Amino acid sequence: MDFGTFLWTSLAAFLTLGTFSFLYKDNPFYKIAEHLVTGVATGYFLIILWHNGLVPNLFQRLEDGNWYLLWLDSSRPLYLIPAILGVMMWTRFSKTWSWVSRWPMALYIGISAGVAVPVEMSARVNKQLYATMVAIDWNNFFGHGGFNLLDTTSGLSQVLIFVGAMSALIYFFFSKAHTGVFGGVATFGIWVLMIGFGASFGFTVMARISLFINRLQFIDDNWVQNAFNTVREPNPNWSGWFQAVFWVIMVLFIGYAVKEFVDYRKRVRSQTA
Amino acid sequence: MNILDKMMRLDRRWIFLFLIVVCVVANAVEFEVPILVNREVQSIYDFIDSLPPDDIVLVAIDYDPNNLAELHPMTFTIVEQCWRKKLKIIFTSLSQNGPGMTDQAIRDITDSMALDRTYNGVEYKGREIVNGIDYTFLGYKPYFALIILGMGQNFRLQFPTDYYGTPLDSLPMMRGVNNYDDIACVMDISGGNITDYWISYGQGRFDFPLALGLTGVMTAQYYPYLGSGQVFGIMGGLLGAAEYEELTENPGLAKDGMRIQLPAHIVIILFIVLGNIGFFIDRRKRKQEGGVQ
Amino acid sequence: MKRQIPLMLVLVFGMFLIFQYFIPHETSEKAYEFLLDWITIIGIFAMALAIWSLFRVTVAKVRTRKENWGYSIFTLVGLFSMMIFGWTAPNGEGWGWYFIFVLSVLMAIGMLVQTMSVKSGRGLWAGLMFVFLIIAVLIGIFDNAWSFHFMSAEPLENPMFRSFFDFVLMPILATTFSLLAFFIASAAYRAFRARNLLATLLLVSALIVMLRFNPYLTPIFGDYMARTSNWLMNVPNLAAQRAIVMGVGLGIVATALKVILGIERGYMGKG
Repeated sequence: MDFGTFLWTSLAAFLTLGTFSFLYKDNPFYKIAEHLVTGVATGYFLIILWHNGLVPNLFQRLEDGNWYLLWLDSSRPLYLIPAILGVMMWTRFSKTWSWVSRWPMALYIGISAGVAVPVEMSARVNKQLYATMVAIDWNNFFGHGGFNLLDTTSGLSQVLIFVGAMSALIYFFFSKAHTGVFGGVATFGIWVLMIGFGASFGFTVMARISLFINRLQFIDDNWVQNAFNTVREPNPNWSGWFQAVFWVIMVLFIGYAVKEFVDYRKRVRSQTA
Repeated sequence: MNILDKMMRLDRRWIFLFLIVVCVVANAVEFEVPILVNREVQSIYDFIDSLPPDDIVLVAIDYDPNNLAELHPMTFTIVEQCWRKKLKIIFTSLSQNGPGMTDQAIRDITDSMALDRTYNGVEYKGREIVNGIDYTFLGYKPYFALIILGMGQNFRLQFPTDYYGTPLDSLPMMRGVNNYDDIACVMDISGGNITDYWISYGQGRFDFPLALGLTGVMTAQYYPYLGSGQVFGIMGGLLGAAEYEELTENPGLAKDGMRIQLPAHIVIILFIVLGNIGFFIDRRKRKQEGGVQ
Repeated sequence: MKRQIPLMLVLVFGMFLIFQYFIPHETSEKAYEFLLDWITIIGIFAMALAIWSLFRVTVAKVRTRKENWGYSIFTLVGLFSMMIFGWTAPNGEGWGWYFIFVLSVLMAIGMLVQTMSVKSGRGLWAGLMFVFLIIAVLIGIFDNAWSFHFMSAEPLENPMFRSFFDFVLMPILATTFSLLAFFIASAAYRAFRARNLLATLLLVSALIVMLRFNPYLTPIFGDYMARTSNWLMNVPNLAAQRAIVMGVGLGIVATALKVILGIERGYMGKG
């Protein structure tokens, strides 16, 4: 890693630590990071839309190699239609003209709704129904090759999936009061749902902690280890400046922490006095 | 105020600090967590492993930096596995910040591919990965549902050029490659609802083999599609990524992360247990005092 | 005109696409491809709306000197730096006067915003803006180390553009999201109580899933923890999620039909 890359990494580390400082309380470091990222993300998206969207999909198709005559001699003038519809979207900001934006909006909504009906019906409803109503595997009802309740493909599991899915669906059916047998089935349905949500929650804990672990790995592997040159293969470009940058950033945060602590002590003292 | 009340009213920042300390200590200690491989991850590995060289895999990188912790390791191992096996890859990224993630991943994996490595006893010579021959990066377009449908007609319909501005026909690997019929499978690595569209609009309409790499939060929701055969494999969260790293014998950030994950989980479980003990003692006390529960 | 035409458009295109799915004919296939192609272009314009609205809000905040307006300067710097990096690229190894150019453009924009914000002494700020603008234009004309690229995608490989993504955007977004790790820890401590049977079911299933990769439990439970967790995911969880998937699927289809038939008109807004 050369010094330039290390400086960039240090900037990233500074912003990472600055964002983490929010855990203590809202502070200038966090605010800087938060505001900076909004701008950079928007700018990035704008550029991606430009170079990945407008240029290849619209401009290059219209220009036909003669960019200066613009679209007047284009062999594909039809592409002007979506461009005009797209510009119509921008009337949203005007009070009197905002109805114009409904046309392209309607086109998009119509297309999205139209394509959704058959595919969603097939993928989410029909195929799931087929998969639920399978022939029960009586030969391996209690598990393949012997008694095994935890076999997920046994006949018993198939029955459980069928009963579980149906009762959960019944739980979601609110047009009939949940009483009697119907209510009993619905109660079983909510049990199944709760087990499902529990499993989801277990995964969520892992997911959230992974996010923190990743930042920890970044700070340690990419920044601290490079600053002190404790990486596996020693860095030939390493110099004392690496450490200096590290300490400058650390002093910033430690200084802020000390200031916060002094303020806190003052507050406590003034409260007790 | 007794200890119990104090504990129940603990400032949450102490909880934060405790978690940080545990993770930092775990990061400093060297140990390994054994990884058991699940069937749903194994099937992805087996599928890609069985593909003949020059087959094309579409890797959809549909996540933003928010979810890079769990999903970047998946991208790294899968893409490296594909390239070591001399498969070709079409990258798409239909999420807003996805192109940058893909661009970065491609650069990093290309560096790693230049080195000689041995995975699972097979030696792979390092080689240069070339844009247009080993991979094509299509880039970003808005309205992912309709893009997924459009790619089923022809990639050129909505992607006249690739991310870097080269017309698709000028890329050697894209010659004769028109739509999903010409690719072996789609690997969707996603941190949002784009996955739903790959299932309904992509797999549902064009019937290609689809596998998912998902964040932990989403994983449980997609098991029905596994059961119905609409997807042939699911990699869930950091553990899924670690399992894949284990299979490809290419340990990276995910496997390293599972090491820290273990004490962090124990801490969370401890918190739940402590919270519940406090809750039950409190409830009993109130019952004894004759108050309403 | 204001309401009927949009309703007609939705009905016609919605119906056409439903039928097209079942009766794919050569002509309808062509029309379908056209629509998919066009809608992408419309989408690009629509997405730009969001960018414009962020810009408006930020500039308004600076102009009216709202609380914490100083931080909005960082938003503007981030936004415009990315735009400059995204439309320029170095021609070779060196950078020439590139960074002076970037700075002067940013300063010129800053002066412009300042000119719009202040009540008196506008002339000074406007003058400064022109100075910076002239510097930028001069560098733009005479510096050959880099050039503008509006119609080709070279800037996407501009090292500055990439570095801003890798070292500014990525760490902040990733870290902001990772704060959730701490909130789930705090929630685990305060909220997950076995209050009743349902909450207990949820907790037990969550605990099993959380313990599945814990090697210290292997001597006690063998691989039962992992297998139970696998069973939980593939049987009860699958059943529960399947019910949800089907419910959502029916919901989507119903809503889509309501939209096509003009019963649901929320998308049109008021007026």
